Amino acid sequence: MAKRIEASGISAYYGAFKAIEDINMVIEPKSVTALIGPSGCGKSTFLRSINRMHEVLPGARVEGKLTLDSQDLYGRDVDVTAVRRLIGMVFQRPNPFPTMSIYDNVVSGLRLNGVRKRSALDNACEKALRAANLWNEVHTRLSRPGAGLSGGQQQRLCIARAIAVEPQVVLMDEPCSALDPISTLAIEDLIAELKNQYTIVIVTHNMQQAARVSDRTAFFSIEKTGDPGRLIEVDQTTKIFTNPSVKKTEDYITGRFG
Amino acid sequence: MTAAVANALEARRLPRWAPAATAVAAAALAYIVFALGGVLGGGTVLTVVGAVVFFLAGLALASGIVEGSRAARNRIATALIYSAFTLALLPLVSVVFTLVSKGTARLDAEFFGHSMRNIGPQDNSGGAYHAIIGTLEQVAIATLITVPLGTGGAIYIVEYGRGRLALAIRFFVDVMTGIPSIVAGLFILAFWVLIVSPHLSPDGLPFYSGFAASLALSVLMLPTITRSSEEMLRLVPVALREGAYALGIAKWKTIMRIVLPTALPGIVTGVMLAVARAAGETAPVLLVAGGGAGINFSPFHGLQNSLSIFIYDQAGSASKYAPARAWTAALTLVALVLTLTIAAKLLSRRNKLR
Repeated sequence: MAKRIEASGISAYYGAFKAIEDINMVIEPKSVTALIGPSGCGKSTFLRSINRMHEVLPGARVEGKLTLDSQDLYGRDVDVTAVRRLIGMVFQRPNPFPTMSIYDNVVSGLRLNGVRKRSALDNACEKALRAANLWNEVHTRLSRPGAGLSGGQQQRLCIARAIAVEPQVVLMDEPCSALDPISTLAIEDLIAELKNQYTIVIVTHNMQQAARVSDRTAFFSIEKTGDPGRLIEVDQTTKIFTNPSVKKTEDYITGRFG
Repeated sequence: MTAAVANALEARRLPRWAPAATAVAAAALAYIVFALGGVLGGGTVLTVVGAVVFFLAGLALASGIVEGSRAARNRIATALIYSAFTLALLPLVSVVFTLVSKGTARLDAEFFGHSMRNIGPQDNSGGAYHAIIGTLEQVAIATLITVPLGTGGAIYIVEYGRGRLALAIRFFVDVMTGIPSIVAGLFILAFWVLIVSPHLSPDGLPFYSGFAASLALSVLMLPTITRSSEEMLRLVPVALREGAYALGIAKWKTIMRIVLPTALPGIVTGVMLAVARAAGETAPVLLVAGGGAGINFSPFHGLQNSLSIFIYDQAGSASKYAPARAWTAALTLVALVLTLTIAAKLLSRRNKLR
């Protein structure tokens, strides 16, 4: 269920602007990898290039090699939708589909990819909602609109929606930044459970959060505004937070810059 | 001391009944001065305008003395906004009132069951059955043509269009919005009726048809629908599209199943505005469908009437019975558009969740 991602020489552009340059790193399966760094350093850009969401924006493109268990994700004949089915994503702000019920939201990925059988959809819905720790709260009102839930519940609904299609990898782009501390705790507990099954990559501005949830941490930084972001170092989270090998990482973590 | 602190935020206020009392006093004063006194020539309009002016002045004076200048300005602004609202509502109420009061005279089964065939100037009977059929068919066909084209064009502009082509299309849609309806009618007359239709008829002669009217109406409806759909599609958050892409849902499916349903209520409103405009068009329909007194169920061949042509005909007719028919037809047309709009609103809201 979980796969290993290898990035070598990844650079990403917005038109002529180079947002990240020469990122080389390995993301281990069944673990949580946190991407940290100051604003504008390219964490989110790198995350979005993993499931080829970067190129959705007009003029955006990615160079370099990215593999999922040795399958090239940027190969010439690769079907983008197939990549995104293997590598799901949760966004900064909860984005449930407003015209759909809770049930329809969860199964939307399956249904719009051709699964018709009601029993299969029912099972997938319950399984995903249970995995997202949301089943007990919503199972009596599955036909109510997904947008009617609280912010934290909506975000867990979006996680359920992402894992309902049974991806290999789940990418999370600051999934708690729009949530209160209690909802954040619920999501962090959920991440700890999900890593038994999925490879998880999470972008966060909250270093305590990175320390709490992740096994490995990657630190990104930029020299100055307008320069491309670079990967400074990636290592075990405990090492990054206690004894980083690069001075710049230590400065950032101890709050001396950024 | 405590009392002074507690009162610091309070100010003297006019009693609640003050605006109403001022209004009554202003109306009475205006009536005495203009209607009875005949100042400046008098008359009803002057009396009403005078009453409003007296009301504003009186309220400003009373409020200024009792409440201070800030409160007085607030009251004047509030009163002006309410007056503007009433003024804007006045024509609407007047139209509805006139239509209902004059349109009910011929609101009978005869009107909805008969055409104008063999109805002479001396006959009190006759109806708009043929015109209602024509309007319904022409507008329905025009809607069938323009809704897919218009929303499709909007989808292209918003979701796919890049660079010069999309810009050019947007520009020409804007230009088309400004086409006078008579020009659309002339275009269809020259293009469809005179050039194309001879090839479709067995005798090789050009012919009028309700379908030609539908084409002319389509020319008018298309830019409106494209523009409004485009605006509505742009309102759909990018986050929803990205959410769908991240699930591995293909772009066209995202558009059909996520973006369009989200924008649907707005698109329906735009379509209904276009339908309402098309249903009221007279000139282009008259040019290419021709009117006619008899019932013609086929929109594809021969003269066909429409409610707006019917109103035009009857309003200009010398028969003393014609004006009543024109008013009833006008009432019918408004009721028809209103019913369609309400029905469309309800339909588009039906898939909204509770």
